[in-house]
Amino acid sequence: MKTHVTCSVNGDPVEFLVDDSQTLLSALRDELKLTGVKEGCGTGDCGACSVLLNGELTCSCLVFAPEVQNSQVVTVEGLADPDNLHPLQAAFLEGAALQCGICTPGFLVAAKALLDRNPTPNEKEVRYAIAGNLCRCTGYDKIVRSILDVAADLASESETVGE
Amino acid sequence: MPYVAPSTIDEACDFLRSNPGSRVFAGATDILPQSKAGRRLPEFLVDLKRIPRLTGLNVDDKLWRIGASTPAAHLTRDSRLSGEFPGLVEAAGLIGSDQIQTRASLGGNLCNASPAADTGPSLVVNEFSAVIASPEGERTVPVTAITTGPGQTSLTNDEFIVEFLADRPAAGTSDAYQRFTPRTEMDIAVVGAGARVSVGPTGEVTNADLVLGAVAPTTVPIVGISDALVGRSLDEPGLERAADLAKEQIEPISDKRGTRDFRIHIAGVLTKRVLRTAAERAGAES
Repeated sequence: MKTHVTCSVNGDPVEFLVDDSQTLLSALRDELKLTGVKEGCGTGDCGACSVLLNGELTCSCLVFAPEVQNSQVVTVEGLADPDNLHPLQAAFLEGAALQCGICTPGFLVAAKALLDRNPTPNEKEVRYAIAGNLCRCTGYDKIVRSILDVAADLASESETVGE
Repeated sequence: MPYVAPSTIDEACDFLRSNPGSRVFAGATDILPQSKAGRRLPEFLVDLKRIPRLTGLNVDDKLWRIGASTPAAHLTRDSRLSGEFPGLVEAAGLIGSDQIQTRASLGGNLCNASPAADTGPSLVVNEFSAVIASPEGERTVPVTAITTGPGQTSLTNDEFIVEFLADRPAAGTSDAYQRFTPRTEMDIAVVGAGARVSVGPTGEVTNADLVLGAVAPTTVPIVGISDALVGRSLDEPGLERAADLAKEQIEPISDKRGTRDFRIHIAGVLTKRVLRTAAERAGAES
């Protein structure tokens, strides 16, 4: 059976037709051609398919596509604005926080979810927040440093605004 | 494999009664990996998350109500629940990653019926009951009546858990959950231990309960813990006695996560630690 799904993806209203057994991951990649969302394990272990579903960090491989009816989905494609990279993307580039890059979209979305909820995380909080994302290249340290750099920038910006 | 998302309990019950090949789900964090591993998806997938009573937390003067499909993240973010059932919240916070905790629920954790489920010992030790909806109406049973073995529950195919209920803990009572895993995060319990301890005004133990997970087909309430500890401060001989009781009453298997002997040893270690933590939270001198 197929379901006609209407939802918002990266702020745009979208509709698509999916098999009921299709995952959100498959709907995003195969129907909407948003291939920034990666399939790693397909079982919720690696976090490469992370998206924000109604603001909550979620593995899109563990969501049935019809579940997102009338929901808001944000993928890595929704992070940057047309002219500028998202600060996390800029920091990952600057800090060399990626090598092969397949895990990167998931890390960026997980990091955004963390900073949305806690703009001033310490290193331990960052490490716990990305515990659901696997990277086999970097050893994680540069990813952690890059997220902490963005948090530090956010903190100094809000101080400037406050003055 | 059509997907349906009923918006009321009655609608869900009617659908389940007329479609015996259905399976209910909440977070899908078990059903999708199982299907990926080769298990067939059911004839109908019934999403319980759109029924308002199944998602949310409520507390009144006497009672906590936790919707069975409420994601674990909503439990860990609730400061009132963390204050009154810190152990249950610890257990919910150990289910997988942040990505999993925004989806995984207490109802799913219990009904997936893994012997290693983290919230099982805490639900049992805090004497939670479960409200079950069925085409015949609702009934309330102790959570111990639900899981009957690995992957097995006493619920029929047209039944589901609506919510979990527990009395608010009295002053001087608290709980704790601890587990052993080879890794710090993202792992499955080799042994899980939930404890609830009450202490009197002078710090002596007035009641103590312990429930272990991953050491038998279902959670194991350890008999005699109160007798070992009541009336004493939390001293080492009392805790040793509690650990011996735990080690005598479990029937763990050997598997890739640990041998039977290792699990028995760890059960003793965790028994002492988790009882001590619960007692300290309840107000005992450490």
